[in-house]
Amino acid sequence: MSAGAGTRRGPEKQRSNVNRLTAENVTLAYDQRVIAKQLSVEIPDNSFTVIVGPNACGKSTLLRALSRMLKPSEGRVLLDGSVIQSTPAKQVARTLGLLPQSSIAPDGITVGDLVGRGRYPHQGLLRQWSTEDERVVQESMAQTGISELAERYVDELSGGQRQRVWIAMALAQQTPLLLLDEPTTYLDIQHQIDVLDLCAELHEEQGRTLVAVLHDLNHAARYATHLIALREGKIIAEGAPKDIVTADLVERVFGLRCQVIDDPETGTPLVVPAARKARGAVTGTPERAAAAKAS
Amino acid sequence: MRTGKTGKTGKTGKTTRAAKAGRTVRGPGGSSFRLDVRAAVVVALLLLLALAASVLLIGTGDFDIPAADVLKTLVGRGDPGQEFIVNELRLPRVLVGLLVGGALGVGGALFQAISRNPLGSPDVLGLGQGATAGALTMIVLFSGSSAQVTAGALVGGLVTGLAIYLLAWKRGVHGYRLVLVGIGVSAIVTAANGYLLTRADIVDASRAVVWMTGSLNGRDWDQVWPLLALCAVLVPFVLTKGRALRMMEMGDDVSYALGVRVERVRALLMVAAVLLTAAATAAAGPVSFVALTAPQLARRLTRSPGPNLLPSLCMGAALLVSADWISQRAFGADQLPVGVVTGVLGGVYLLWLLVTERRAGRI
Repeated sequence: MSAGAGTRRGPEKQRSNVNRLTAENVTLAYDQRVIAKQLSVEIPDNSFTVIVGPNACGKSTLLRALSRMLKPSEGRVLLDGSVIQSTPAKQVARTLGLLPQSSIAPDGITVGDLVGRGRYPHQGLLRQWSTEDERVVQESMAQTGISELAERYVDELSGGQRQRVWIAMALAQQTPLLLLDEPTTYLDIQHQIDVLDLCAELHEEQGRTLVAVLHDLNHAARYATHLIALREGKIIAEGAPKDIVTADLVERVFGLRCQVIDDPETGTPLVVPAARKARGAVTGTPERAAAAKAS
Repeated sequence: MRTGKTGKTGKTGKTTRAAKAGRTVRGPGGSSFRLDVRAAVVVALLLLLALAASVLLIGTGDFDIPAADVLKTLVGRGDPGQEFIVNELRLPRVLVGLLVGGALGVGGALFQAISRNPLGSPDVLGLGQGATAGALTMIVLFSGSSAQVTAGALVGGLVTGLAIYLLAWKRGVHGYRLVLVGIGVSAIVTAANGYLLTRADIVDASRAVVWMTGSLNGRDWDQVWPLLALCAVLVPFVLTKGRALRMMEMGDDVSYALGVRVERVRALLMVAAVLLTAAATAAAGPVSFVALTAPQLARRLTRSPGPNLLPSLCMGAALLVSADWISQRAFGADQLPVGVVTGVLGGVYLLWLLVTERRAGRI
């Protein structure tokens, strides 16, 4: 017994300076289709990590694995040192929140009710709605600026407002880690910036660890504190945007020739694609060049 | 701007929401319960309706008994002649009706919630047809006793439920696939039933057709007890999973994120729903449209999102007993099986639903 406890304590002590959410040598596949092989990722604590890469590079798949929606066929995802699949579901849900791409607002639900559902992992049969639940829901709605919408039906809202409601629901879950899968998709530019500002606020003011998949490299470079660039299931580079975003990296990851200049507003890297003529008729990815040649 | 507007309007939001999501009841030891007042009123009214219809139904037949006498007899103070008619002949039939209606209502609500589709009810998915196939096999091939027919229907329903689940499985069971697979299975089983009927002689065939319409005639205490026992176990179990089911309305991803073990809950609830539906069908035949309409009607009355399990149960019971009363009143005792009335009511309701949904631009 004591020997067992001793060997157990060893790795846990080591773990104290290890990040809360990590993936170790995971192979991710849907049935037979392998998306990523032997991928290892660490999400730095208290970071705003953004995963970028071309379409179908596996960024959303990686996020699904980190949030235990997809079970890796090899390797493991660790949350606070234990394998995420074997941790009780509600316990995970109190530590790690997820804003998925697809969510369905039930017919005839009000904003307040929907946000309230974020409290589910904190509730039980005998504890269905505590004063704490009420307080957190009010707070989450205030933080996302939707308090005045509380009694409105979710179906009546605009896309930008609706996204805020879903974010508020994830906030009401009160998780130190929050994963967002393309939170700005389908939003116009003003609402995209709005959502990203909100994320930055959550990260800076509340010290939450955020992990987001984003399509827009310039948004990623502006808001991320830690950037992970994926291509074909492999990490090409990771680190602070201003250290890693170079013209060379963008070409390697996206197959796009470009210039990287300083963002006049924030000083972060700004990717400016090269003019069509400068890129020549058929530059881009090697595949695209080959396809063009073949035709 | 983000925080500027919250001060004044936050309060109104709170009060309206309290009215929407219901009242919170706080108990000892920090426990708290949510009570949707509107849903509770709907449940109470439906129960009252079901009981009233039951009393009327008990009083209806070749020998009419006034409601007051029925109540007197039920509490054990009637005259012996009426006591026999009420307690031995008519009460079990009404109890079977209440249980079958309740089981179909809650089973339908479960299936519709799991498939996230109002058409995902057991009638459409082929569970009724599956149970029919089991019953027909017993009637036509073995000229079985009524107990054997009941067992056959139960097995048929369960096997069909399992087949649908396995065929629809692909990294989990999802709404549309469940409905489509169910419709396919339903078509196959219907064909098999047609074949069985052509093989039957005239006596078996007429017995089969009565069974297939759904009827409460001649139900006695032997049908009440097993159904009651099953409901007593499954209904409380299902109700404890109601909150998880409510989360699952928002999609698998969101409910996973909230800590619901989606596939497990779905499998357990499907087993419960198949059992309830198969047992109800075995007891009364495939009474059409109760499972489809009860949850939708209940939902429109409570105006609350979520699976509305308890209101659906009460609605199913009230619907079935009322339909049975109508069929006896309008056409005389034992003339018209209850399934015909629920079929007509359900058909009209479905058309109405389609028309209003189309007006609302949802179809």
